[in-house]
Amino acid sequence: MKNGEVTFLVFRGEREKGIFKEYKIPYQEGMVVLDGILYIQSKLDGDMAVRWNCKAAKCGSCAAEINGKPSLMCKTKVKDLEQPIKVEPMRAYPHIKDLVSDTSWNMKTRRNMIQKIGFSPKKDANWRMKDQDIEKGREFRACIECGLCLDTCHVLREHKLFEKFIGPAYLTFAAYLETHPMDSANRLKWLKEEGGIMYCNITKCCTEACPEEIHITDNAIIPLKERVADEFFDPIRMIARKIFGGKS
Amino acid sequence: MSANDRYEIHQVDILVVGAGGAGLRAAIEAAKSGLKVGVVCKSLLGKAHTVMAEGGIAAALGNTDPEDNWKEHFRDTMYGGKFLNDWRFALKHAQLAPECVLELQEWGALFDRTEDGRILQRAFGGHSWRRLAHVGDRTGLEMIRTLQDKLLSFKNVDVFQEATIIHILKDGNSVSGAVGYWRETGRFLIFKTPAIILATGGMGKIYEVTSNSWEYTGSGYALALFAGAELRDMEFTQFHPTGMVWPPSVKGILVTEAVRGEGGRLYNSKKERFMQKYDPVRLELSTRDLVARSIYTEIKEGRGTEHGGVYLDVSHLPAEVVKKKLPGMYKQFLQFAGIDITKEPMEVAPTMHYTMGGVVVDPETQMTRVQGLFAAGEVASGLHGANRLGGNSLSDLLVFGKLAGKGAAEYVSSLKKEPKIDKGEVDFAIKDSLKYFEEKDGVSPYDIHDELKKTMQNLVGIFREEKDMKKALEKIYELKEKKIRVNGNVMFNPAWHLAIDLKFMLLCAECVTISALERKDSVGAHSRLDYPNESKEKYNQFIELKNGSIQLRKEPTLEVPDELKALLKVPPSRKWEERNGNKKNEKGE
Repeated sequence: MKNGEVTFLVFRGEREKGIFKEYKIPYQEGMVVLDGILYIQSKLDGDMAVRWNCKAAKCGSCAAEINGKPSLMCKTKVKDLEQPIKVEPMRAYPHIKDLVSDTSWNMKTRRNMIQKIGFSPKKDANWRMKDQDIEKGREFRACIECGLCLDTCHVLREHKLFEKFIGPAYLTFAAYLETHPMDSANRLKWLKEEGGIMYCNITKCCTEACPEEIHITDNAIIPLKERVADEFFDPIRMIARKIFGGKS
Repeated sequence: MSANDRYEIHQVDILVVGAGGAGLRAAIEAAKSGLKVGVVCKSLLGKAHTVMAEGGIAAALGNTDPEDNWKEHFRDTMYGGKFLNDWRFALKHAQLAPECVLELQEWGALFDRTEDGRILQRAFGGHSWRRLAHVGDRTGLEMIRTLQDKLLSFKNVDVFQEATIIHILKDGNSVSGAVGYWRETGRFLIFKTPAIILATGGMGKIYEVTSNSWEYTGSGYALALFAGAELRDMEFTQFHPTGMVWPPSVKGILVTEAVRGEGGRLYNSKKERFMQKYDPVRLELSTRDLVARSIYTEIKEGRGTEHGGVYLDVSHLPAEVVKKKLPGMYKQFLQFAGIDITKEPMEVAPTMHYTMGGVVVDPETQMTRVQGLFAAGEVASGLHGANRLGGNSLSDLLVFGKLAGKGAAEYVSSLKKEPKIDKGEVDFAIKDSLKYFEEKDGVSPYDIHDELKKTMQNLVGIFREEKDMKKALEKIYELKEKKIRVNGNVMFNPAWHLAIDLKFMLLCAECVTISALERKDSVGAHSRLDYPNESKEKYNQFIELKNGSIQLRKEPTLEVPDELKALLKVPPSRKWEERNGNKKNEKGE
């Protein structure tokens, strides 16, 4: 922090085209990256596009790449960063303007899942559940849909398999549905055929990116993958399915 | 460019404006009818401020305390509101809240559980029993996810994410549509619809220190006024007692009342547990208006902390209880303030949080006096009177969101002819919103907003007096006259969005200040230094626009019928403690 000043390099532009613009702004104790961006917006460049809401790491709106690392702007402290602080939009998604990318795929994906494999309570559900029964589901429910795990996942980021793979966030959603004590549906076939779960090769990048510290790979994806593997790739079950048909 | 390039037209049966708890719940109920529903939200779906609601949903399920029932909840709500509530809302709310919570459970919500597997309930300020269904301290996230998922299960719903409504269109005294814009492209949206449900939340952004996000610009109050509806009791602005004060980056961010619900204690810099002085019975779990005033007084009289707050302490509770019941707060303080709340006290001070006043609607249908215009949630009024109890907001959203959805569906189904939109009105609304790009010498919208926030913060805050508020009003008029200039184009341009929102915010600020000036007594969240006593007469203040200017009138508060009056005899207290006989322990130092 030279002379109480910090230097930001912020991506400015529309539809993928743009430049990193330099801003020097005053430092304030406890400052986070989003403070810097909002300072630029209110004092220097009023039309700087950025998404944010709660400013307390609870809504997941302000995801961006800070010095190359997918992070929430509201919880990344300026004093922990090397300067100049480079801020750019999430790159796995199509770009709109400045720090805003087109994340409409998220709602489309969630909606499709809900309509195909949504929560389906047992007919005779008595709604009595113990804290320990819902512990697993609770971890997945902490997801704030910020998109950082999706931005990090190489299946989406490098290979752009958005049409074939629902990505870590929505596998986490599937894990919540699957672990709900009152749920009755079986989603394994859908996860294999439509959800593309086998594309995940467990590099754990998503877990590292998650600001809610959800163990996405270990607790959500691996157990689901194991069940899919047991169901569809276990040779005995495969034979049984051929003979008896349907679910095994 | 031609008019056709500039806008797109959508036809829906019911348009819901806002996708927080009330908007989502209303949209679900509307969608159940099979009608075509449009939902417009300023942010991405699922990011609305309901996400920040932490403590819980007040509903007399009677799981944790079997003695609790709707009568008890009704009584507590009326006392909390200082009997300025419209009792019809308080009654419906108390009766319907439990089934609305159970609906959430059946749609997949995972609440904290009792030993025998039912929904666990926690204590909160002003509630006589442990009443709040909760999910640790992230109840709002669970609620919004559950509602969002339920909504997306309907095929007859279109969601317009990151779009803003700026004008309501009418045909005579009936709603006929709305004008809005896509935030991304700046392209205008015309909705043809006979019914609109406003679920736009509050107006915290007219204050400097607030727990509210940028979205809380009071657009719903202004849209309703412009359309011909009335507002009630706009002076009742709730300052939540506990917002963060340090570092500056997080000033105003909410520290949930659940901290006190779980046993948190307030101390001043002299280590005095000062609530013993202000409310020796209910202490930290007194009503929010009283706790906020007490904290403010301690700070003002020089017993505040280094950063201008008081201490809120949970370090006497076992660390594992704090981490289990208040995980969000534990993380929030560790992350932003570098404080481990299991070991050290938090610093807190009041923060503008909620608007008790709002749009006047029918308690059964949630319709305003404008045909086809509905309102639910924070933007509506009636339930909370002069002060809202914690936890009564989430239940408000569910109960009255549901009724609004039902009311709108019934209204639309009964319509005989389709109302028409007036193209001239559409063109005017569009042109008016684009004028900021043409001002040559205007000022920045951010500067006007800063001035407005400071004015309201300093002159129409927790304690009010005539000379300050007159100054505030002058300032508001001055700001209204200023020309605003916006640079750049219409594509995702926050300066332009703010310029449009300022029109709404300034009108809201004017309504709050005029109402606060006119209420020459102190009650609930409204405290006058020059009129410190509560008035004997119970009355409400109504605002409407006549030829563009604000008209205020006072009316006696609706009398509670005799059979319900009987329920109001004994004031609220911490009844579960009295029953358990451990009141002493809780109070003891």
